[in-house]
Amino acid sequence: MPFEKLNKIKSRVVCVPDENIDTDQIIPARYLKATTREGFGEAMFRDWRYNTDGSPKNGNVFASSPKDSAILVGGHNFGCGSSREHAAWAISDYGFRVVVSSFFADIFNHNALNNGLLPVMVSRDFLARIFAVHKADPDMELSVDLTERTIEIVSDKVPSAKESFPISDYKRHCLLNGLQDIDYLLSTRKLTEEFERRPENNMVKARI
Amino acid sequence: MGKTLFDKIWDSHVVQKLDDGFYQLYIDRHLVHEVTSPQAFANLKERGLKVFRPNKTFATCDHNIPTLNQEKPIADASSRIPVDVLGSNCRENGVRFFNMRNPGHGIVHVFAPEQGITLPGLTMVCGDSHTATHGAFGTIAFGIGTSEVEEVLATQTLLQERPLKMRITVNGKLNDFVTPKDVILYIISKLGTSGGTGYSVEYAGDVFRSMSMEGRMTVCNMSIEMGARFGMVAPDDITFSYVEGRPFAPAGLLKDPESDISSAVKVWKELYSDSDAVFDREVEFDASDIEPMVTYGTDPGKAVAITGVIPECDESGREGLKYMAFSEGENMLGKKIDYVFLGSCTNGRIEDFRAFASFVKGKKKAADITAWLVPGSVEVEKKIREEGLDKILEDAGFEIRQAGCSACLAMNDDKIPAGKYSMTTSNRNFKGRQGQGARSILCSPLVAAAAAVTGVITDPRSL
Repeated sequence: MPFEKLNKIKSRVVCVPDENIDTDQIIPARYLKATTREGFGEAMFRDWRYNTDGSPKNGNVFASSPKDSAILVGGHNFGCGSSREHAAWAISDYGFRVVVSSFFADIFNHNALNNGLLPVMVSRDFLARIFAVHKADPDMELSVDLTERTIEIVSDKVPSAKESFPISDYKRHCLLNGLQDIDYLLSTRKLTEEFERRPENNMVKARI
Repeated sequence: MGKTLFDKIWDSHVVQKLDDGFYQLYIDRHLVHEVTSPQAFANLKERGLKVFRPNKTFATCDHNIPTLNQEKPIADASSRIPVDVLGSNCRENGVRFFNMRNPGHGIVHVFAPEQGITLPGLTMVCGDSHTATHGAFGTIAFGIGTSEVEEVLATQTLLQERPLKMRITVNGKLNDFVTPKDVILYIISKLGTSGGTGYSVEYAGDVFRSMSMEGRMTVCNMSIEMGARFGMVAPDDITFSYVEGRPFAPAGLLKDPESDISSAVKVWKELYSDSDAVFDREVEFDASDIEPMVTYGTDPGKAVAITGVIPECDESGREGLKYMAFSEGENMLGKKIDYVFLGSCTNGRIEDFRAFASFVKGKKKAADITAWLVPGSVEVEKKIREEGLDKILEDAGFEIRQAGCSACLAMNDDKIPAGKYSMTTSNRNFKGRQGQGARSILCSPLVAAAAAVTGVITDPRSL
């Protein structure tokens, strides 16, 4: 699915400081039955936001956070567990373009990048600082610059703090230009066919 | 410098090495199921493309399906539709579909090894995080997202960064009643749920060498629960004997030097880590330290020996304890259980049913326990009946259901009610995983069996 290009984003944030947030929390399995990609935002963190009878849960962070937040900040090891790409779809569909954490699970990381959702990995100290500043100043903003690979805490109440984050040149190029891996892979068919013809690749003749 | 098992397979599947640490990898086998594939097939169609190599993709339905009355149409439309959509996607693209009427049907990570689709030395992917199961055969197998499913359908390749390498060695002899499930729960409890992230893991040492293929699959299956997308065991005679004679495996008897399988075995025998191969991380455990394990929290790393007490936790851990209604310092033994689930891609194989049946033989299911015994495949169910395990289980008050993922993730009707405790042989004890508000305790089939007959967490060694 094509996604909008991404470069600079400055936004207020929603914080979910819990560690090891698994993709079953991000989107429970009972919402995985749809065969299209749209509309999963409704189910994002469903059981954190709503009671079993469908009424909103008191004190859930999403209800009390600004609706226009484009940046979600999660605790260490965000997105562990199931490979469901629906987790990345749900977070994007809800309106986020960036997820910040001190550590991301591998498959979630891949899925996010493939959907134009930027995972920003910061140091544990920087993450703790975001949570602390956000507590003191819920209107604080994060400013993310993909070209420069930087993330900055912006608040009227505390001095700003800035850190750089890792992302490969290739993935940065993809996000800056709205490209997915498949756009490139489809151009490599000849190479794949050559690979298939190499004699050493036919050593094991399975019956398929 | 020598190569690791992982390097040998990876290097032989590189279509091209790109700048920036990325590799275009050729994928030998692609498994698909109804939950993570519909959007990939739909996008492919939108691009005007068909599956590039349909003979390398194999489909099954497992996540959504009921585990009773599979002969009838699926009553719940929201579950029926994804299964029907997968059926038509497979028909349109010439992909083999092991649907519920197929004798080879089963959970994706159970049916593929049974059919000989899984072989040593391959690259395998599936839109499912438990794909590392197939690494038990000495193959690179990993879970991917739906965008990547589409990439493999369209090109039979993927762009991947090379992971770091970790070797986990367990030497010595396992104690009685300690199973492969206990071994992997023990390892995860030591490394934590992100200890393996970014790594491919090779399991080595006496314990894995003497383990059956079913046991190795249980271990590799749960690699993702410590964050590792890849888990593998070097293939050996146990592997080759398992593979031989399976429908999609190379043909011929092991003893026939001219057969396909003999030439395959020759290649497969090279699949091991060289003695001078270097790993980025080495971890060693002593088999005799491992006891039957149970989890107490809401991630698979929160596990202790069944005779142990709940340790002190950090803030996230305490949040998990609150959900479980457990406290630090409490004994695990004697806690009341409501549901027992035997099954899943972790413990839904014939050995798991043998273990459960041998334990409950001559005993009775506790009256207030609801037990769901769900074979991982039609083949497993058939073997259960052939071996007479069904009689033993029925005499003890248990019934066998039909193959599927079932209560592991509760996408079908097999949901644990809110607040109830489930002793489960599956792989995840996340909040709400087995049903909204359900409380899951991960364990081996033997520990599940002991709880099933007593109604409380019970050390199987004590009965």
